[in-house]
Amino acid sequence: MMDVTTQKPSSLQDLARSQTSTPTATKILVENVDFYYSAFHALKTINIVIPDRQVTALIGPSGCGKSTFLRTLNRMNDLIDGTKLTGKISLDGEDLYDKRVDVVDLRKRVGMVFQKPNPFPMSIYDNIAYGPRIHGLTNRKKLNEIVERTLRGSALWEEVKDKLKASAFALSGGQQQRLCIARTLAVEPEVILMDEPCSALDPNSTFRIEQLMEDLKKDYTIVIVTHNMQQAARVSQRTGFFLRGEMKEFGDTDQIFTSPKQKDTEDYVSGKFG
Amino acid sequence: MADRAPSVPSTSAPLLAATAPPPRVSKSTSAPSRIPPASSLARFGDKIYGAVTFLASLSIFIIILWLLYQLTGASLPAIHKFGWSFITKSDWNEETNSFHALPFIFGTLYSSLIALVLSVPISIGAAIFLSELAPRWIRTPATFLIELLAAIPSVVYGLWGIFILIPFLKLYVFQPVIQPHVPIYHRHLVHSVIRVGHSHLPFSYNHFDTTHIPLAQVKGIGFLFTGQSAGYSMLAAGMILAIMVTPFITAVTRDILRAIPRSQREGSYALGATQWETIKQVVIPYAKSGIIGAVILGLGRALGETMAVTMVIGNQSPSTPSGVSLSLFDSGYTMSSVLANKFNEAIPGLNLAALVEIALVLFGVTVFVNIVARLLVFYTAKDVHGGK
Amino acid sequence: MSVAPPHSSLLGKQSGNVARRKAQNVVMLSLCMLAAGLAILVLGLVLFFLLSKGFSSLHLSLFTRPPDNIDIKKGGMIQSIFGTLVLLGIASCLGLPLGILGGIYQLEAKGKFASTVRFFTDVLNGIPSIVIGIFAYAAIVYPVAQAHPGTGFSAYAGGFALGILMVPTVMRTTEEILRLVPFALREASLGLGATRWRTMWSVVLPAARGGVITGIMLALARIAGETAPLLFTILGSEYFSTHAVLGGHAHVPTLNAPIDALPLRIYNYSQDVNPDRQAQAWAGAVVLISLILVLSIAARFATRGNMQEEK
Repeated sequence: MMDVTTQKPSSLQDLARSQTSTPTATKILVENVDFYYSAFHALKTINIVIPDRQVTALIGPSGCGKSTFLRTLNRMNDLIDGTKLTGKISLDGEDLYDKRVDVVDLRKRVGMVFQKPNPFPMSIYDNIAYGPRIHGLTNRKKLNEIVERTLRGSALWEEVKDKLKASAFALSGGQQQRLCIARTLAVEPEVILMDEPCSALDPNSTFRIEQLMEDLKKDYTIVIVTHNMQQAARVSQRTGFFLRGEMKEFGDTDQIFTSPKQKDTEDYVSGKFG
Repeated sequence: MADRAPSVPSTSAPLLAATAPPPRVSKSTSAPSRIPPASSLARFGDKIYGAVTFLASLSIFIIILWLLYQLTGASLPAIHKFGWSFITKSDWNEETNSFHALPFIFGTLYSSLIALVLSVPISIGAAIFLSELAPRWIRTPATFLIELLAAIPSVVYGLWGIFILIPFLKLYVFQPVIQPHVPIYHRHLVHSVIRVGHSHLPFSYNHFDTTHIPLAQVKGIGFLFTGQSAGYSMLAAGMILAIMVTPFITAVTRDILRAIPRSQREGSYALGATQWETIKQVVIPYAKSGIIGAVILGLGRALGETMAVTMVIGNQSPSTPSGVSLSLFDSGYTMSSVLANKFNEAIPGLNLAALVEIALVLFGVTVFVNIVARLLVFYTAKDVHGGK
Repeated sequence: MSVAPPHSSLLGKQSGNVARRKAQNVVMLSLCMLAAGLAILVLGLVLFFLLSKGFSSLHLSLFTRPPDNIDIKKGGMIQSIFGTLVLLGIASCLGLPLGILGGIYQLEAKGKFASTVRFFTDVLNGIPSIVIGIFAYAAIVYPVAQAHPGTGFSAYAGGFALGILMVPTVMRTTEEILRLVPFALREASLGLGATRWRTMWSVVLPAARGGVITGIMLALARIAGETAPLLFTILGSEYFSTHAVLGGHAHVPTLNAPIDALPLRIYNYSQDVNPDRQAQAWAGAVVLISLILVLSIAARFATRGNMQEEK
């Protein structure tokens, strides 16, 4: 964990360059990002190109920094005392960490779904209307429309359409997570970050959420952190492998899982450590 | 344990002995190094243990019932004599043996209400600041200060009230309102006043009728300022109570806010909410039942508070015919301060019985408030969590 | 399903909504800060005057002499300090066994009865202390005075009132602390065939020792400052009441006579017109708070030691 700075950044930079030359448009560009929790160097010289309207998966053993990295993409780490970021992350060419950027605007465009479902202590309807309301929408008809559309979008509508006024806590874990996805969709973000969204769910709910991602990627750029390699292989087009705060390898999902270039990646995807 | 016992036969016997009836097992085996089986003595010990702890917990009921029995018994003469008029009429006269407690009940409720009006917004604001906004270097000392103040006895707050708060109120609140024509520089003697206590005021007034001052003529709020003013007042009592319950409500609310999962806040921020929107629409609703509970428990404390109130409220019912006045400047009397002042000098008989009945009413009011607080917390918690 | 909206610029001009919301954010957060500032200011003023007035009046004779009615300044309040300690002792004899054993019961018992006990513990906790004082008067002082005219007010009555106040506090904290002991630890002991009381005595209580001591200290700190329940039970006294035992070889405090207590003395002096008495009230307040602070800090250390053991 200590000698990582000796890693040669040149090959990663090459990789980043090769990523930009892919046919799909770039949504988020991450250049030489280092991240610290007080004295702890959590991310080391990360370079990634996240393509528009695709699913990008980030895999790696726990504690490798993949969640931390995800949270730098909508500045969620700003909420934690003593964190520091160097390098540059840009969304559609604009620096996220520019002084003029307002995190409220940013997070409206880059939404996030968390590891454990975290519905608010209010009704299903109000959970979804929460985002549009704070962003200034009060029109009842439009809100109804958004609630229905996003619930349909997250494949939850049929199950809850008769109890929209019920407390969100009354839903099952899988339903709650889909509600949280619907809640994120309701503010019409461009990017959705998902931090191990299925880790607390049963296989059936997991399956439904994976299906949902397949649909969503037509309209949204999705970045998902997962510790489940099968899931990464099923849902993503691009995969990045994190180890001890570094991004060891990044490329097409097929390539990462079938012919990894790095020894560490090969060991990890073949289940030698985890 | 059960599925392991067969695989370790050598220890299975004593294990069985501890649970099964011992005589058969202990007689049929005679291994030399066996642990003696649990004797009937040990189980007798458990019985005693159960009984003793049970009796100790019963003491709660015994105390409450005994207390009720004593208070009711001692106040029976007054209950028989005055009936419901005890709490609906205002006359309290030792000479005519006529005792009614409405002004005191009102004083208790009104002073506590003033305290809550002053304290709740400040406590909740301060708790939000301490849990959501404050950097660590402020949070730790501020939390320490609040815990310290929650531990200060009420008699000390009363002392502070007499010698600091009341001179301050006289100089900077009552004087300017009552004698607005007196130039302001005359009032800048506060330091000397605070140093020597309340007996050296630059203006001599002991009782000042405020009924005709301009503020008392203002429609809508004038009633708050009429009556007799002597520094010792309903306002002083409300303020000292507010100062006393603020640390309590702040500390409890802060703990509740800290206990809210971080994921709730992150969920809101991730939707682009500002910090205030997150606090108002996610954090506060999540903590609602707990905060209501904290406020009502604070109310319970204020209602029963004796010493600090007795020391600053003036201990005299307002001179209105009903003995009830909404004036903040007027003196007042609460149930507990009546007890503190009159109980030791009470004449045995109806007078004493009436005072004990006040204690009984105070007991009833505080128990009612406490039960409401707990039920409210119980049901709103249930409501928030969707019956789960 | 909607198509993603047209891209807005992060660096461009903010919409009116965002500007308004940010302004609201700043205003409301400032108000919270103001509330905290006000609270801390007022609470700071309480502490400031307490310390400045108290320490300027503090002198040694406070701890060495009883009140002097001729030369007031020379007098102290040693009998009050002593009385408070005696009262704490008597209260502990009643409050600690009942509180700790009751707390153990609430931990072990389940079901409706246990939660009813818990509920009424909270109810008892919420009863104003002056009501407890009246109760102690009616239950002890009055009957004794009826039987032996001229007596009644006593350290026993005051200690009884304070002990009653201790019971629910100690009971609740004991239960809460014991609940923190992992259930697996209890199961491990019971699984070895230990009886329930043995498990409690040799496993659970030692594990929670620090926490239980904390609860006791905090309960003592709370009742040390109580005045209202003492008004009608101990009456107050300006003297040491002692009597000879063992044929005059030793003197012990007289517990069946009026006794003094620090908070009561502070109250009495605060009502005095003599400025020297008032000054002594402030000094007494500092002594009382120091006593409470010592108990609270001792409580904190007790918990800390415990936490380290568990780690």
